[in-house]
Amino acid sequence: MTVGFVMLCHTALDRAAQVARHWAVRDCPVVIHVDRRVGAKPYGQLVADLADLPNVRFSGRHACEWGTWGIVAASQEAATVMLRDFPQVRHVYLASGSCLPLRPVEELRAYLDERPKTDFIESVTTEDVGWTIGGLDFERFTLRFPFSWRKQKWWFDTYVKLQRMVGFRRKIPAELVPHLGSQWWCLTRQTLSAILEHPERGKIDRYFQKVWIPDESYFQTLVRQVSSTVESRSLTLSKFDFQGKPHIFYDDHLQLLRRSDCFVARKIWPDAVKLYAAFLSDDRSRQAAAEPNPGKIDRLFAKAVERRTKGRPGLYMQSRFPNENFENGRTAGPYSVFCGFADVFENFEIWLSKASGTRVHGHLFAPDRVHFAGGETVYNGALCDSAKVRDYNPKSFLTSLIWNTRGERQCFQFGPADTQELNWFLTLDGNAQISVISGGWAVPLFHSNQNFGDIRREAARLQKIEQEFLNVLRSPYTKARVRVWSLADFIENPMEPLQTIIDEIGPRQGRRLSEAPRMADLTGFGQFLQNLRNQGMQPVLMGDFPVGDDPTPKSTRRGRPYLVK
Amino acid sequence: MKGPVQTLLALLSAAGRAYGLRIRRRRHLWRSFRSRHALRGEIDRSGTIQSGDILCFMTVRNEVLRLPHFLSHHRKLGVDHFLIVDNDSDDGTADYLAAQPDVSLWHTKASYKLSRFGIDWVTWLQMRYGHGHWCLTLDADELLIYPYWETRNLPALTSWLNDQGLAALGTMMLDLYPDGALSQAQIAPGDDPLSVLRWFDPGNYVVQVQERMGNLWIQGGPRARLFFTDEPRRAPTLNKIPLVRWDRRFAYVNSTHSMLPPRMNAVYATDGGEQISGLLLHTKFLPEIISKSAEEKARRQHFANSALYDGYYDTVIADPVLRCPTSERLTGWRRLESLGLMSRGGWI
Repeated sequence: MTVGFVMLCHTALDRAAQVARHWAVRDCPVVIHVDRRVGAKPYGQLVADLADLPNVRFSGRHACEWGTWGIVAASQEAATVMLRDFPQVRHVYLASGSCLPLRPVEELRAYLDERPKTDFIESVTTEDVGWTIGGLDFERFTLRFPFSWRKQKWWFDTYVKLQRMVGFRRKIPAELVPHLGSQWWCLTRQTLSAILEHPERGKIDRYFQKVWIPDESYFQTLVRQVSSTVESRSLTLSKFDFQGKPHIFYDDHLQLLRRSDCFVARKIWPDAVKLYAAFLSDDRSRQAAAEPNPGKIDRLFAKAVERRTKGRPGLYMQSRFPNENFENGRTAGPYSVFCGFADVFENFEIWLSKASGTRVHGHLFAPDRVHFAGGETVYNGALCDSAKVRDYNPKSFLTSLIWNTRGERQCFQFGPADTQELNWFLTLDGNAQISVISGGWAVPLFHSNQNFGDIRREAARLQKIEQEFLNVLRSPYTKARVRVWSLADFIENPMEPLQTIIDEIGPRQGRRLSEAPRMADLTGFGQFLQNLRNQGMQPVLMGDFPVGDDPTPKSTRRGRPYLVK
Repeated sequence: MKGPVQTLLALLSAAGRAYGLRIRRRRHLWRSFRSRHALRGEIDRSGTIQSGDILCFMTVRNEVLRLPHFLSHHRKLGVDHFLIVDNDSDDGTADYLAAQPDVSLWHTKASYKLSRFGIDWVTWLQMRYGHGHWCLTLDADELLIYPYWETRNLPALTSWLNDQGLAALGTMMLDLYPDGALSQAQIAPGDDPLSVLRWFDPGNYVVQVQERMGNLWIQGGPRARLFFTDEPRRAPTLNKIPLVRWDRRFAYVNSTHSMLPPRMNAVYATDGGEQISGLLLHTKFLPEIISKSAEEKARRQHFANSALYDGYYDTVIADPVLRCPTSERLTGWRRLESLGLMSRGGWI
């Protein structure tokens, strides 16, 4: 008993000949169907190439356009020839011209000998498949599809819509229960002949001629009527991309294909010299007769689909430039923005870096230059510290920075004196953690040695800018994790908010802050605000600082350790 | 909500813009057609071109240093025929090219700048020979790479692109530079420039869309970082569309940075996914750039507004070091892909 191969070919006939010869000389009969659209010359060449092999036949030619009946007709006719001419064949294996045997024929034969009654054909009901393309699953069987999906797309779609509108439904004949599955099967003589000699075959064939993609449903449906042991899986490794087009295997897939333990793979790139040489040679180190397991390599294909459809979040480059809100994450990873903290605390950046174990930058968007951590002039990814380059495209600057430092959280200072162009971008970015001490910018002004008139003007300007920033942060579309305290509220109890922020950054979970940052001297700050008021400017963002009642930041004045527990 | 009047106006303006681009494309084609008079055939082996061949088009001037490696790199990738315009070289480029069995060569003395930086000549050749072929349009200092390029040749790529319904491959130019000062990276003609140009900027690229034709505009890299910090807008454009399934009605607009019809510029995914893309390894910074810059500064043939680039030329002539502490060393394509400098899209 042996296995016979039916090969459906339409391109790369020289490779098909090579594979056919491989099987034929190993005593597996081969019946070849060549697409009618292939010219007489290449066809003649193929016939001549294989003329010396007594167990190779050619069957009548049909035009095999994708998704049409021709493929089924071709398979039927070739299978008929196979069963008629080669009585020693027990299993018939449907393959294509771009298939490649991955394991020696003897292993396949032994495998099938152990399972003489089993039909290997993927056959599942329409409810159970997740892979139908175009949204047509059960409707494949109840509508009519006279138009080509590839060449007459508009007519195809319109005709489907029309049929849905008028509620047209075809009757499914002969009590068939529609099943779908991979078109590459391996059936026993008993099953196959029962299908080909079905008493109602004429009626069934007429019905399937108008079903969409009958090659994925004809045998898959009929096998359920005539077979006793259906093993619902294909012995052929065949993977599809997100558009439903078959993945092609190249030389660099050699190891991958070996690992799959499948018997046959498709589709193989015709120029994959190494693959053909490796898998068609005789001296292959024989592995243990493992069960075919395409699942082993599934993860790789799933990842490829994800790469194509979802992309890498936060990456903007020559082949990925998502429209706004289609980014799957505007940036590559979480980062923290601190507004006012560096004004209220002395050496806040150093403290934060120690407390959170992250990279802490100064004002990345400062007007003079980019204040990278450690005063670097060129940062990861060769980002330069020029303010002009940054302001030329601040969004690219920030997304590049976060992308370049994937895996290492970035923190930076921000304030109303900085470039404000990214306010909306930050607010709408779910990766941003924005903490604001509103009015914090007033502290350096309070300590500055400027004329009071200039201070007043600057305070009014900064307050206006920060107010706008806060308005953006409070929008209903905000995705960032935003926390805002007024200066007065914050200095009442600085440790709790700090602890919350650090916990959220938290690579060192559960760690308690043992040391508070040192707060700037605020003696006389209330009076300072009152003076601004007296000069006609209304400071509102700082909260309530009564004149004379100076805040006495209790614990932190002299840098005394602040122990919570 | 838009009223019907606004909708109508928007439609009209879109139609007007589309028509404007159509006129522009035809103007480019007409100029290219006229420019054929400037070309003198030197060696015409175009008769050997067969249907399905991959063709490479370029304009060269004094590139004998790079050409041997350039040709061998792209031959290995599977380019079947090179169609080259020699813009009056005097270093033996023409003789070298004429001796190559897969090169057709044209000669011209006409102005590079007035021919839209060589694009007119190349467009004419593409009109004549490129129709229906996958065409690669490059400069002599660009080496195309793409995901899996070491194991899968260009026919594998173009056949996959065809299957996917894609007619072009987007790329970015990756400026490569040597370890130390530019003058130190000496190579002999025929040597692999990548043996001395081993460093690049991994992540300082600036991306935006140009609304008019829908093409991307990418800038960045060492030149933007060092030479154009005062005027980042003037930094060189890095995005290119060098590989296209050509139609005789297509026309490149500005080098190969953008082309018409505008749909051809959609080489990037906008839905959050990744399309496939490659890189052009840019071997501009060989030592000869110093003498070439002096020459170009005098010739004023390389930029529309050349005087603005004097400062750039002066900096290059001063033999700078481009490498910085966060430069990255060139290794395999997988590293470049994981850095996000190119993408395999859905190709596995």
